[in-house]
Amino acid sequence: MNPAIQGRQFPKTEPYLVGREKVREFASAVLSTSPLNFDPAAARAAGFADVVAPPTFAVVIQERSLAQLLAAPDADIDFSRVVHGDQRFSYTRPIVAGDELTGQLTVSSVKSLGGHSMVTADTVITDSSGAHVVTAISTLVVRGDE
Amino acid sequence: MSGPTVGEVVVEKTYSLTRDTLVRYAGASGDFNPIHYRDDFARSVGLDGVLAHGMLTMGIAVQPVVEWLGTTGSILDYQVRFTRPVPVDPTEGAEVTVAAKVGAVEDGGARIDLTVTVDADGTGATTVLGKAQVRVALTDA
Repeated sequence: MNPAIQGRQFPKTEPYLVGREKVREFASAVLSTSPLNFDPAAARAAGFADVVAPPTFAVVIQERSLAQLLAAPDADIDFSRVVHGDQRFSYTRPIVAGDELTGQLTVSSVKSLGGHSMVTADTVITDSSGAHVVTAISTLVVRGDE
Repeated sequence: MSGPTVGEVVVEKTYSLTRDTLVRYAGASGDFNPIHYRDDFARSVGLDGVLAHGMLTMGIAVQPVVEWLGTTGSILDYQVRFTRPVPVDPTEGAEVTVAAKVGAVEDGGARIDLTVTVDADGTGATTVLGKAQVRVALTDA
């Protein structure tokens, strides 16, 4: 991996429109039983405009920004050696169906550790008004030659 | 909801994962890495077989907290370290158990620490996530 990519900021991802059925599909996939994820009336009663996405749904938008990083030729990241090390989400508010979200990734850290490399990428996810929704932070471990 | 006390187990739940669970998560998330549904591919990269997506394990592990909170609070921050993979046997599947305990009481909320274990082969529970913490705001805390 190229250590010079530390600090690089990638362009914002194309807007992602969060659909109600996608929220329901994702909620089922993570074995959620929360009515807020499935029932618009329950979500509205709790003060949300539509069904609420599960906390880790932000990964769907984050993934689009990570794809930019992995595809950057000069980043020199061998995807077949990448292992997901750490993941974090810091929320201003939950994602709700109807949100139009973009993610912007910054490489916050590149480290070498015993032949392996570790890259930490912060993706700031904002809505169509530009307001912060959630920041998704991944640390990827790129295994060295064995 | 009464105020949480440190050390209190607020919720514990066990989930059954099968290969079907993994395929559904692949479709819902868009993560189609074949190590999550093809044994031959998993073996070709040195694994014993198909593994659950780390993000699926993370996604399931927070669900007991989501259900415990209901509409009485919100999640401010959620982090995990992926320490061990979750092998999912083609016939037996895998059982993932989540225990959520109050790690700290904070101003207007709490830090909930998750212990996430898998009993893959009947030889005892293995912890699969490290430093799995959910910071929550509680509306009446």
